[in-house]
Amino acid sequence: MNIQNTEKTRKQNSSPRKIFRDYLIFGAALAAGLILLLIFPDKKEAAAAATWSYFREMMAILPAVMIIMGLFSVFISKDQVVKYLGKASGVKGPVLALFFGALPTGPLYIAFPLASALIKKGARISNVVVFISAWACIKIPQELVELQFLGFEFMGMRLLLTIFFVILMGLLIEQLVSQKKPKKSPRQ
Amino acid sequence: MSSAVILINAAAAVCLVFAFFKNRRKTRRSIIVATRSFLRILPLVLMIIVMVGLFSSFIPPSEIMKFIGAQAGWSGILAIAALGAVLHIPALISYPLAAALLRSGAAIASVAAFITTLTMVGVVTLPLEIKELGIKLTLLRNSLSFILAVIIALIMGMVL
Repeated sequence: MNIQNTEKTRKQNSSPRKIFRDYLIFGAALAAGLILLLIFPDKKEAAAAATWSYFREMMAILPAVMIIMGLFSVFISKDQVVKYLGKASGVKGPVLALFFGALPTGPLYIAFPLASALIKKGARISNVVVFISAWACIKIPQELVELQFLGFEFMGMRLLLTIFFVILMGLLIEQLVSQKKPKKSPRQ
Repeated sequence: MSSAVILINAAAAVCLVFAFFKNRRKTRRSIIVATRSFLRILPLVLMIIVMVGLFSSFIPPSEIMKFIGAQAGWSGILAIAALGAVLHIPALISYPLAAALLRSGAAIASVAAFITTLTMVGVVTLPLEIKELGIKLTLLRNSLSFILAVIIALIMGMVL
């Protein structure tokens, strides 16, 4: 298990230098936009209005989303996820996989070593696939931002469809993987 | 204020109060983590907002409709699904872009396909995924996810 390694990557990724670089990129984008608007002054009003409205929409929810993410990442440890998911079976498996995957605990590259640890612990392949997929696309903060920008119908429908198909895909992949290599699934 | 804004902020407040009573030290640490990740994602968010603002005033809806509107059909959905699979931008900041596309005439199916492949299929993270989970599982997961994303998008396009 190289969770420590990924922690290191995460730290490097959030180093002041990288953040500074991101601010520089934003500055460059802003400058390019302003120059563009100087060349086409008739677009100025529409562009400013659109930018301002998206800015307001984002800032109304972003701090709250970050608070929720921060709380979950501190209160739920990665070891807990491996512990509960490693031995989950039956209907509990996919439900827990969805739950732990959807909890906001960090970017996708943290999920891969976790998933690998789960496989080594004997978790079902289907649950591991559901876990990664949930981590990738059913994260709670992500869904909240989707709700804000795309509306309840869009978000709710995409969420339900994704859950359904992701569980289906997990079972299918498990079949495909264990058909050829039956030894590779160390289940009791 | 929209109901989504109220809901999200209320959820954060409830979680925060609950966490505070459960463990003060951990709650303080959570707030530090939250502040840090806020500052980390802020430049990206601002950049995407500026780009989306420019984009929606410069690119006429007719152009967007032509490529990924309802009449673009299959090729539009597949093209934007492929784009979503290759791009590596945090999903959190892709939603303003998705909203702008939708408001300027993109089909619901196209936008759904884009968001779904953006999150579920990761071409950039393939090497890492192969290293951790093996090549077979990785390729199966990513290719099936791509197909599923298109199916989900088509269903959403039909229903909504």
